[in-house]
Amino acid sequence: MSTATEPRRDTPARTRATHTAPSFWASVWLVSSREIASRLRSKAFLISTGILLLIAVGSVVAGGILSANTSTTQVAVVGTASAVVGESSGLTAVPADDVAAAEALVRDGTVAAAVVPDDSLLGVSVIALDSPPSDVMSALSVSPAVELLEPAAQGGFLVYLVALGFGLVFFMSALTFGSTIAQSVVEEKQTRVVEILMTTIPVRALLAGKVVGNSIMAFGQIVAIALLVGIGMAITGQRVLLADLGPAIGWFAVFFAFGFVMIAALFAATASMVSRQEDVGTTTAPVTYLVMLPYILVIIFNDNPLVMAIMSYVPFSAPVGMPVRIFLGTAEWWEPILSLVILAFTTAGVILFGSRIYRNSLLRMGGRVTYKQALRG
Amino acid sequence: MLEIRGINKNYGAHQVLTDVSFTVGDGRMTGFVGANGAGKTTTMRIILGVLASDSGSVLLDGTPLTAGDRRRFGYMPEERGLYPKMKVGEQLVYLARLHGLSPAAAKQNTNDLLERLSLDQRAGDLVESLSLGNQQRAQIAAALVHDPEFLVLDEPFSGLDPIAVEVVLTVLKEYAAAGAPVLFSSHQLDLVERLCDDLVIIAAGEIRANGSREKLRDQFSTPRFEISSAVDAGWIRGVDGITVIDFDGGEAVFEADSDAASQTVLREALSRGAVHSFGHLRPSLATIFKEVVQ
Repeated sequence: MSTATEPRRDTPARTRATHTAPSFWASVWLVSSREIASRLRSKAFLISTGILLLIAVGSVVAGGILSANTSTTQVAVVGTASAVVGESSGLTAVPADDVAAAEALVRDGTVAAAVVPDDSLLGVSVIALDSPPSDVMSALSVSPAVELLEPAAQGGFLVYLVALGFGLVFFMSALTFGSTIAQSVVEEKQTRVVEILMTTIPVRALLAGKVVGNSIMAFGQIVAIALLVGIGMAITGQRVLLADLGPAIGWFAVFFAFGFVMIAALFAATASMVSRQEDVGTTTAPVTYLVMLPYILVIIFNDNPLVMAIMSYVPFSAPVGMPVRIFLGTAEWWEPILSLVILAFTTAGVILFGSRIYRNSLLRMGGRVTYKQALRG
Repeated sequence: MLEIRGINKNYGAHQVLTDVSFTVGDGRMTGFVGANGAGKTTTMRIILGVLASDSGSVLLDGTPLTAGDRRRFGYMPEERGLYPKMKVGEQLVYLARLHGLSPAAAKQNTNDLLERLSLDQRAGDLVESLSLGNQQRAQIAAALVHDPEFLVLDEPFSGLDPIAVEVVLTVLKEYAAAGAPVLFSSHQLDLVERLCDDLVIIAAGEIRANGSREKLRDQFSTPRFEISSAVDAGWIRGVDGITVIDFDGGEAVFEADSDAASQTVLREALSRGAVHSFGHLRPSLATIFKEVVQ
C-alpha cells in the first residue's frame, strides 16, 4: 500500500511541503498505539484488569493452601496399638497411658479416635465418640493392590478446575477486549471521525490497527495471568502441577493469539454495522455466543473425550479445547500443530470477511446495515 | 488542477449524481452550491475516495487521483466529528502523524494552527468539553494540520461564530493564494459570492452552472439598468425600447431592448439634470441560484 514511490507532482504554484505517506504497517502501528493508550487511560479497564489478576493469584494461593492442608488425623494409642497406627499414613499417634486416658482424649476432642489393643483377630479396636470414624477406619484397613491398565494422567476434579480456568480466561479476555473493539468502532462511527480517518489511511489499516492494538492488550493480559499463576505455583510449592500445566498454558497462549485476532475481526465487523453504542450489544450478540460456547462446553464435557477432541479442532473452541487435552495428555504431539494451522487459516478467512463488512458499513449511518448490504458493498 | 469528469453515482434505483463534471483550478476558491440533497456531499466523498463512483474519474493535473494524492488533501466532512475523549492537541498530532508527518512536525503544526485559530489555550482539553464553536475550530484544524495541498471542505462555515468565520476565511484565502485548489460547499450564498473565484451550482445531482463568478453573473444578467438622478424619472417610460420595472422619484430600474436604448436614457437624463449613478444591474448569486435550480 505504500505510495512513497509515487512521484511528487509539485507545480511551481504549490509551495507547501509534502509529507511522505506512512507505510501500511506504520499506519497500523499508529492506530494500535492510540487504541492502547486510550485503553490504558481508562479507569474501568485498569480496575477490571486488576480484579482479574487478583482472582488468578487468589485461586493459585487458595489451591496451595488447600493442598497443604491434607493434614493427618490424630488418634490416641495405647500400648501395642502404636505399632499398628505407626504403619498407616494419614494418622498421627498420640500415646496415652491406658484405655481410660485414651477415652478421655476422645471425649475432650483432642483426638478423633483412640486405638487400643484387644483380643480380636486384628489385635486392636477403635474407640470413637458418637459415630464410626471413617477416615481412621480406612487408614487402618488393609486394601489389596490395584493395577490400572489405563491410568488417567490427572485427577477428575483437577481436570475440571484446569478446564474451567482455560475456559474462563478465554471467555473473559475475548469478551472484554472484543467488546472494547466493538465500542471503539462504533465510537468512530457515531462521532463521525471515521470519515476523516478513511480519507487519511486505508480502511484495512484502520481495522488492522484496532485488531492489533487490542490483541496486544489481550495477549499482554493473558501473559500476565500465566506468569502470575506460574510464579504463584512455584512459590506455594505446587511445582509438580506446574510441570504438568506449563505446556498447556504455553499452547493456550499461542492459540489465544490467533483465536483472539479472529474474534476481534468479527467484533469489529459486526459493530461497524450499527451507528450507536446502544445497538452494539445486539449486533455483536452472535460473536458473543461464539465466545461463550466453548466456555460452557468445556465445563459440561471436560470428561468426554469425543466432545473435547472435536472442540480441540473447531477454530472457535480450539483455544480452550486443545490446551485441556494437552494437559490431560490425550493429544498426540502433532495435534496442536494441525489444530493451529486450521485456526490460522480460519482466522485469515475471517479477517477477509470481516474487513469487507467493515469497509462497506463504515459510512452507512442510521439504521443497522444488513449482512446483504455489508457483503455486497 | 483538480478535474471531476463525468461522475455518475446511484444508490439502487436512485440516481444521485448524473454526469457531474467541473474543475477546481490551482489557487482558485471554488464554491460548490446546491440545496440539501443535491449531491454536494456525495461528490466530495467521491473526490476523496471515501465513496466509489459508478463511472467517471477524478483527475489531478490530468492523471487519475491515487490514494497517495488523497492524503495530501485537507478534508472537512459534512458530518463533523473528532474523538470526544481525546485532548485537542493530541488528536491533531495523531491525525497529522497518520498523514505521515514526523512527531516533531506534527507537534509544530498543531501548535501553530491552534494559535492561529485562537485555540491554543484549549490544547489540553478534551474535545467533548469544548464549546460547539471551538469544536468547529478544532475540526478545521484537523483538516489543515498536515499541510494539505488541496482543500475540500463540506460546509466549513456552518456552526461558526462570525469571528471564527473571518479567521477561517483568512486561512482559506491564504491557501488559495499559495496556489492550492480550494473547493468548499456552503449554504451561505452571500459568503460564497464574496469569497469565490469560481462557482459550481448543483441541483438534483446535475451541474446546472459552472464557471468564474464574473462569467456567471454576466451569463445570467438581464439587460437591466438602474439610474439615480436629481429629477423625477417618470419621463423614462416614454423612451423607445425601454420597459420600466420600478421607479420612485429620481430612481428607476428599467430594461433596455438594446445597448443603444440604455445609452439614450443616460444622455437624456444628463440633459435633464445631475445623474448620481447609472449602471448595469447584475444578478446576485442568490438570484442566479434560484433561476438555475428551478
